[in-house]
Order: sequence, then C-alpha cells, then structure tokens
Amino acid sequence: MTFALELRDVSKRFGSVEALARASLRVRPGTVHALLGENGAGKTTLMRIAYGAMRPDAGTVFLDGIAANLRSSADAIARGLGMVHQHFALVPAMTVAENVALGMRGRYDAGAAAARVRALGQATGLVLDPGARVETLPVGAQQRVEIVKALARDARVLILDEPTSVLPPGEAEELLRWVRRFRDQGRCVVLITHKLREALGIADDVTVLRRGATILTGPADTLDEPALVAALLGGDEREGPTSSESSATLPPAISPAAILPRGPLPAGNPVATLRHVSITDARGRRALHDASLDVHQGEIVGLAAVEGSGQHELLRLLAGRLTPTAGDVTLPESIAFIPEDRHRDALVLGMTLLENVALRGLGARRGRMPWGELRDSTESLLARFHVRATGPGALARELSGGNQQKLVLGRELSSHPAMVVAENPTRGLDIRAIASVQAQLRAARDAGSAVVLHSSDLDEVLALADRVLVLHDGRVQVVDTPTRERVGRAMLGATIGISSGAAPADVPTAG
Amino acid sequence: MTDYLTPFLEATVRTATPLALASLGESISERAGVINVGLEGVIISGCLGAVVGARSGSVLAGMAAGAVAGMAAALIFAVFVVWLRADQIITGTALTIGALGLTATLYRALFGTSGVALSTPTMGPLAIPVLSTIPVLGPALFRQPPVTYFLYLMVGVVWWFLYRTHAGLALRAVGENPEAAQAAGIDAVRTQGAAVLAAGALGGLAGASLVLAQVGTFTERMSAGRGFIAIAIVALGRWRPLGVALAALLFGAASALQFLFQSTGTQLPYQLFLALPYVLTLIVLAGGTAHARAPAALGRRDLESS
Amino acid sequence: MSPRGPARLPAFAGPVPLAILLTAGIVGVVAVVIAASGFDVAPAFAALVRGAVGSPYAIMSATLVRATPLILAGLAVAIAFQGGILNIGAEGQILAGAALGTTVTLLWGRTLGGGAVILALLVAAAGGAAWAAIPAWLRRRFGVLEVISTIMMNFIALYGVGYLVRGPLQEPTRIYPQSPTIPAATQLPMLVPGTRLHVGFGIAVLAALIAWVAIRSHAAGFRLRVVGASPSAAASAGQVDVPAAITRAFLVSGALAGLAGGIEVTGVTYALYENISPGYGYTAIAVALLAGLHPGLVIISGICIGALEAGAAAMQREAGVPLVVVNVVEALIILAIVGARAAIARRERTTVEAGT
Repeated sequence: MTFALELRDVSKRFGSVEALARASLRVRPGTVHALLGENGAGKTTLMRIAYGAMRPDAGTVFLDGIAANLRSSADAIARGLGMVHQHFALVPAMTVAENVALGMRGRYDAGAAAARVRALGQATGLVLDPGARVETLPVGAQQRVEIVKALARDARVLILDEPTSVLPPGEAEELLRWVRRFRDQGRCVVLITHKLREALGIADDVTVLRRGATILTGPADTLDEPALVAALLGGDEREGPTSSESSATLPPAISPAAILPRGPLPAGNPVATLRHVSITDARGRRALHDASLDVHQGEIVGLAAVEGSGQHELLRLLAGRLTPTAGDVTLPESIAFIPEDRHRDALVLGMTLLENVALRGLGARRGRMPWGELRDSTESLLARFHVRATGPGALARELSGGNQQKLVLGRELSSHPAMVVAENPTRGLDIRAIASVQAQLRAARDAGSAVVLHSSDLDEVLALADRVLVLHDGRVQVVDTPTRERVGRAMLGATIGISSGAAPADVPTAG
Repeated sequence: MTDYLTPFLEATVRTATPLALASLGESISERAGVINVGLEGVIISGCLGAVVGARSGSVLAGMAAGAVAGMAAALIFAVFVVWLRADQIITGTALTIGALGLTATLYRALFGTSGVALSTPTMGPLAIPVLSTIPVLGPALFRQPPVTYFLYLMVGVVWWFLYRTHAGLALRAVGENPEAAQAAGIDAVRTQGAAVLAAGALGGLAGASLVLAQVGTFTERMSAGRGFIAIAIVALGRWRPLGVALAALLFGAASALQFLFQSTGTQLPYQLFLALPYVLTLIVLAGGTAHARAPAALGRRDLESS
Repeated sequence: MSPRGPARLPAFAGPVPLAILLTAGIVGVVAVVIAASGFDVAPAFAALVRGAVGSPYAIMSATLVRATPLILAGLAVAIAFQGGILNIGAEGQILAGAALGTTVTLLWGRTLGGGAVILALLVAAAGGAAWAAIPAWLRRRFGVLEVISTIMMNFIALYGVGYLVRGPLQEPTRIYPQSPTIPAATQLPMLVPGTRLHVGFGIAVLAALIAWVAIRSHAAGFRLRVVGASPSAAASAGQVDVPAAITRAFLVSGALAGLAGGIEVTGVTYALYENISPGYGYTAIAVALLAGLHPGLVIISGICIGALEAGAAAMQREAGVPLVVVNVVEALIILAIVGARAAIARRERTTVEAGT
C-alpha cells in the first residue's frame, strides 16, 4: 500500500538525549491520524522532521511512497505538506493576506493575495478578513489563518500540533468537524494530541510514541482508552516509581473519567480578598471586570477559563505582581507564584540554582547578599524537593524540565507561604513530574496554605480543586456543582447555576 | 535670498546623495532585522575601494570597486552576525573602529606614508534636458552627478522590491518574526545575509560617491559619521524607502545650511542646526506609532524564540 | 546580547593568569597587524613597548593617564551591558560631563578654589547621568531602542561642544575653538610628583573596585545582573521593578562616563576641546568586553588598552606606523571575543535543543 506520508525508522539525537529511536509513522491516504505521546515522547520532533524543519540522524521520510530528501520546510511545503504549530508561526504586524502569501515567489500583488484568501474561505469554510492585521485577531481566527496558509500552498497532508488546546470547547468541536470534512475530500491530517478522547473520537488510525519509539499503531476502532494508557505509560514504569515520588498518582489528564463533585466549602479563614476589582490594560482592553472573591486557608481554588478570559491577569493580581485599576485587594504577606512559562518568568536559565533561589524577594532586598546562607538553604531545598542536580552551582539550563519545575516549587513553597498561585504548573512535564507537582500542591493545601490553581486542562482543575471558579470575559463566577459539562458551559459564558465568587455574606464587610 | 536658494538646494541634494544611498541600504538590512552599526566602516571601505578602483582612470570602475569594498566589509559583519549570531551592536561597533583604522593604514601602505593627497577623477553634474530647467527645483534635482540619478532609481527599486515582490514580503517577515518566516519555508539566514550584503553594496556606493562625486580624494575618517547619520535617517524615515529619501534630504539640508551660512557670512551657530535633525529623529522615534515602529525582531540574535 | 554574570568567569579564571593570557594575545595580534600593513615588526614593536612600558615615566605619564578615561568609560559600558542596556552613548556622556565640568571650574574655580574641582567632578558625573537620562526615559516611556537614541545623543553632544567652544565658552582671544584654561586651583593634583599621573587614576580604580563589590555581593548588583539576564524572571519571580532598575543602571553608567569627561578636563587637558575624547566611548566597548564585563577586570583591560594606545603614539613617532593601527587591533579583539562567545553559544544551542 502507498502511504501519503511515511516515516520509517527515524532516529534523532540531541547531545546526550535520544529524542527519537527508530520511530515510524504511516499515514494512509484520506485519513485522520492521531499521534499520541507524553510530553518529551518525540511527537513534535518527529513531525518537525516530516516537515523538513529538522533532519533525522537516520531513517527516511516517504511521501506518496517516494523517498523524500527534505532539506528545509520549503521542500516539504513544495511536496504538499502543511504544518500548524502549537505556537502559531504568524507575523503579528502583517495582514492575513500577507501572512498567507509568505514563502511564495515572484511578484506580490496585494489585491490578488486578498482575493485568494477570500476564495479559499469560500472553498473551505475558513472565512477570514484578508486585510485584518493578525495581531488584532482572536486565537481561533489566528489558527484559521495558519490552516489557510497551508491550504494556499496546496497542502495534501496537514499536520496539526495540539490544535484544540488553545481553543474553547465550542471552537474545538468546530475545528474537529472541519478536520473530518477535509479528510472526506481525500486529504490527510496528522493530529498531534495528548487527549485520548479526542484521538479516539476523530482519528481513523492512532500511533503512540514513547521515549522516541513507536509503541503502538493501528486503526482507532480496534483501540480503547485502557489500551492507549498502557501504551503511553508503559507497564514497567507504572509499577516501580522511584522513592522520591512514591506519593505520585496518575494525573487526571490521563484518566479523566474519575471526576467527582467536591465536598462542602472549607471552613478556613480567608487569606486573600478581592472586592469589585477591575483591570484595564494599556490598550484599554478590560481584562478583569468587577471581580469579587475570597480564597481561604486550606483549600484549592480551581480557576477554569478559556485562553484570554482574564485568568492571566487575575492570577498575577492574586500573586501581587499586578495592581488593579479599580477595586480593593487584600493579600497575605507571603505568596508563592508558579507562572506557566517557567523559562521566561520563573528562572534565569543562564544562572546557577543558587542564584535562582536568591531570586525570590530580590526586589525588596537591600544591602549585602547573604550568599552563604542562601547556599545552605539551596542545598537543603535541592534535597527536600528531590531536585536532581549536581549542586547549587549548576546552571538552571542544565536541569530537565521536571527538575526545573521542582526547583521553582521548592523555592516558592519552602517558606510556607500563606497562598500559592499556580498557573499551568504541569504544562510540558512528563507524567512523573506532573504527579509530583500535583502532590506538592495538595501538600501545601493540607499544610494550611490557600492554593489558587489555573490549568488550561479542565480535567486537571476538576481533579485538584476543592472549589471551582470560572472566569469568562473578565468576570468571575462560581460553579456550584462543578461537573465537566457545567464548567465547560460556564467557560463559554452560559449562565447556569452560578453565583459571584465571594460568599454574599462576606461582601459588606470587605475593606 | 533666491540667489542662495538654488545653490542651497543643490548642495542639499548633493550632500544627501551618499546619505540616502547608505540609509536606503541600511533600511533593507533593518527591515530584515539586522541593524548594522558598522555602516560607518562599510562607507569608509567604499571610499578606499573607490580610490583604488579609480586609479584606472575610470569613474565607473571606482564606483564598482567602492560597492565591492562595501560588500566585503559587510561580509565580515554578516559572517559574525548572521551566521555566528554574534551581537549586532558590538560587532558593528568593532567593524566601524576596525575599518576606520584599517583603511587609514592601508591607504598609507598603498600610497605612501607621506599622506600626499591623491586625487581621483570625479563625475561632474549631468544636467537632464528639460527637467533641469524647471525653476528653483530643476537644477537642484536634475543637475547632479549621475550617481544621484542612480539613487532616484534605487528608491523606486527598493520600494518595488519590499512591497511588490514575495521576496520583499519574506524579508520584512524575517525582520518581524523570523520563526514565522522559517515556518513558511523562508531561509531566514540567507535572507538576512543577502540583505546585509545588499546594504553593504549601497553603503560602499555611498562611500564611493563621497570620493568620486564630491571630495575627489581619500582622507582618513572621511566618512565623518555618515554611517551613524544613516541609522538616524532610517529611523526618521520610518524604515520606508521614500521616507528614508526625504529624511536624508533633511539631514542634507542641515549640512548645506553650514555652507549657506559661511557663504552669506551669517554668524548663527551652525552646530546647532547640525544637531537639529538628530533631535528631530529622537522626537519622531518617541512619537512612533504602530506604523512607525522599528521591525519587531530588529537587533535580535536568535532566530528561534528562546 | 545577554551578558553573563561576572561571578563565573573571574572566579574560575583568576584575574592574573587571564591578564597574562590577554596580554600575550594582544601582543600577537599587534605583531600580525603591523606586519600585514607592510611595516617592519621589530622596530615598530620596540617603539610600542618603549612608549607603553619602557620607563616608569612612560607607564605613569602615558599608559596610566590614557587608561584613566578608558577604565571609567569601560566601567560605564560594563555596567550598562550587565543590565542588558546597549549604551553606546558613553562618548556623548563623556562630552556632556566634560562640558559641564569645564563650565563649573570656569564659573566658580576662582572663588571656591580646591572645592571647585570636587564640585566640578560631581557636576560632570551628574551631566553624564543627565545625558543618559534622555535615552533611558525614551526607552522606558516610548520603547525607543537605546542603540539608536544614544547614537543621536552622541552627535548632539558633539555639536553641542562644538558650539560651546566657538560660542559661550570660547577662550577670550576668540581665535581657537577651545575654552580658556581652567584655574590652577581646579586642576587635579598629581598622584606621583614629577609625572603626569593625576589622582583621577585613583578615582577610576576606586570606582571600579566599588562596582566590583556591589555587583558581587550587594542586592543592587545582583538585581542588575538578573535584570540583564532575564527581565521577565526578574519582574515575575524576583518582583523587581525592572524599568526602575534599568533606569538606575543607565544613570550610573552615564555618571561614570561623565566623570571620565570631567577628569579628562581637570586632570589632562585643562580646557574643553571639540575632540577632547578621541573615541573613548567606543574604545570603552572593547575595554568592557575584554574584561568580560567584570568591573574589577576593567582596571586591567583599561590599562592594557591604555598601554596599547600610548605605545601606538610612540610607534607612529618613531617607526612611522600609523596610530590607527591600534583601532584595528581593538576591533580584532572585540571580534575575537564576540565570535568565540557566539560560537560557544551556538554549540550550546544545538546540544540543548532537545525539545519534545
């Protein structure tokens, strides 16, 4: 049989890390093919090789049965491949038409480019304003630009890297419907995902990667969730967790079936109080609108929201990193903050672990740096939080993602903060590290801290939270009986069974 | 006053020509995300190249040699900045310091240590029939050395390239967001390299026109800060070809004012007028809106976001 | 660029072996450049060495005097680069400091006497800081790239001084474009009698040592390094007021350059000239990079480059090798350093790239 796209025995090594070890993938013509794997399993590397953005150390890429020596993305594009990256590859300052025309040759005619975008919109249902600047578009529309870009180059095989993770549930379903229609036209989609349900729901075939190797591949209708979980995790890994992570449990992202409504509200005292808080950003966009809420000792408040609903600002407000435009905020003295982009916001990769630990509270520090004390506390922190590193003098860059996050958690949690604010704390981590981070958050809650957790993975929010708040369009709402369905609808702005974030009795005494 | 106006405008266009050539090139480079603070070094290389090339007696050979010398200097910059991804500002500063020193040393090594002024053939003004007879503006714009007409042509060519070709679109995309450009199959390294070399050729021509259309000889440090002025001009011209050409005229006018003051015996402090365009550039930069801002990836080292 | 913290480089390399290594490297480069330019290496080199370190007088009156502004301006650049600020406006800040320092000594030198020189140096530092404040403000308020704005400020300073020495500050005969000589009481005393080595050298060394201690062991210094290495982490994890920290570093950088200008007037030239700085502000970039942005090592690299420039003057006099050869050497030093760094970073990138 001739495959539309085939990667055969592909290997790739980065320094000492073997990213791919004879991985294979076969995409039948006219199918949706789900590529599953944990973070770090090699999914993106494999697809970047397919797309010519990276060259394999060994192995071959075949397109329509012919060995393709792809030297660049331009080669791959010319042979009918298109890829939509998880982080969009768009030029924000340029228009939709200009972005779609990128990478073509010859004369550029703005009118013709706009006409092409309109024509593609009519043909595919992906309607866009060709003259709009990309930076003004919402995420869903930007994703459509990416897809149209690929289709404008006659992509027959479309690689979508975690396309639904940035979309609200309604738009995600719409996208998947579009993927089906595209497939029905006889073309191929490779869907990189970590959502089992999504994979089984839409794909014709499924391939599972683990540690850079193909573990499982076959038609979706012969597979079920347990089989995929087993393939993803590998039997050997489930039985013997290392002593440092013995408390680790399977993260909910993998077993989303077990979602239970939470018990009654915890009785702890409020440690943080927001009353009628609004935030308006520099461009005049209202990120947070008249938000009132309390966070209590000993509870995990789960914050569910689709991208761009104001959670970024609300979390920074609670972490004391942002001041409101209006309203009253009462925050505790010590707050731990775990931002989602740890490479950018939590760590200085080129500095030592010691220096990274010294970072906490640096803004208020005066006088001499107590390097001796800091070295001692860094050493004990590395031991207590099981950070695998050569010592306080190691560079943060040299640590694995999981160990970097453990360092951040250790730095932020070791002083027993009154409140912990965590934003996507498990993003990009492998399954062990996810379990460890979740256990740390629960431990902080059990030790009496107030924890505010946002995750773009709704299942994670539901699994960890004692109480669920939903943020939609800058407004905070409580979901009383947080089922997946009710929270999902509230995230999209449906008004069912919700109340304001603060208990009504608290409001008058706010100060 | 009208007695002075036409010569003043002529002098404005004459002094603006090398500035405009160099800044037109720099704008290409900056649009691709590379700021070449070493432009001063590129220009002085063009000056020396022109002197060597014009030894054959041909002005055209001098211009060509100037462009080649500018490209050679830009090539060094490109190797460090585009290929090795070294810091643009520091590399550019080194290029300026080094080229100023090297050209002076080479000049003495080639033409003797006495420093006797070596004169080269020069290109005189070439009046364009009809157009040059337009009152006031005619002689200023159309009774100029041929290199000025080449400049007019290049303003149009660069504009056409940037806004009417896919290659120009690709170049602008690299300067805004190299990751996006690369994902679309554009070779960002090659694009930046080509932009820097093209800028080098125009910078070298700027130096050559200084020698062959104005001074007629080489002197140490004769570029006299024009490379830095060009960087100001690009910002003042908002990174657009026509804007850059007009901004170059403004800086040219400020310099020409000096001659005007001297010829009329005016006692006004011309240094303050020379400083004015720089102040204006700062004001324009501060007032920069979305349409006037620098390319988003200007000066960035990495092509992949970190 | 992303300046790395200074703690690592010197802590393991050690200043003395590093200095020997650098000196050896520079000597080699000088020889190659002289030979490549078609001059006899041996006599040229002899003249260079004589001029730089051939006698106690050469060391003190030529090399160390030349090193003084280079150390201060190099320090200014090093501190700015540490904080991620591409201040290439040291030249303009030197001129601003020199102009203001001259003005103070001319106005109050006769009434205040020795006190005026202290005042002059303080005002010079303030002038340099004020000159840096404009690009600092433009960056903070409008996001204007300091690379471009500091270049503008350099030219504005150059033309400003050109105006002053032909206008308000011109010497009484109104023939030369320079200021009158400053009163004797406002001239910096000599550090070593019988030489031209003034106390300004001591001030420069002291400033470098203070900066070293501050960067190494004070919160403000650590803050500066973190802000330079990762402004986002400094703001988020460290709760550092990044714009304020950058502004402060920019002002300190400008103040040090301004001080260099004030010291040049009160210690060396005793008058304001248009070309009072032969590009110290640009050479300072070589000085700072050669020191790996380490404030303590700036003393050594400043003296190295100072010796080179002093020796080159002798080389021009005695062997006919043009003075500007030293510029070529400086450029090669900078290129070697940034090239090596970039090559290392490139290798790190390709090995660390193991994404997902």
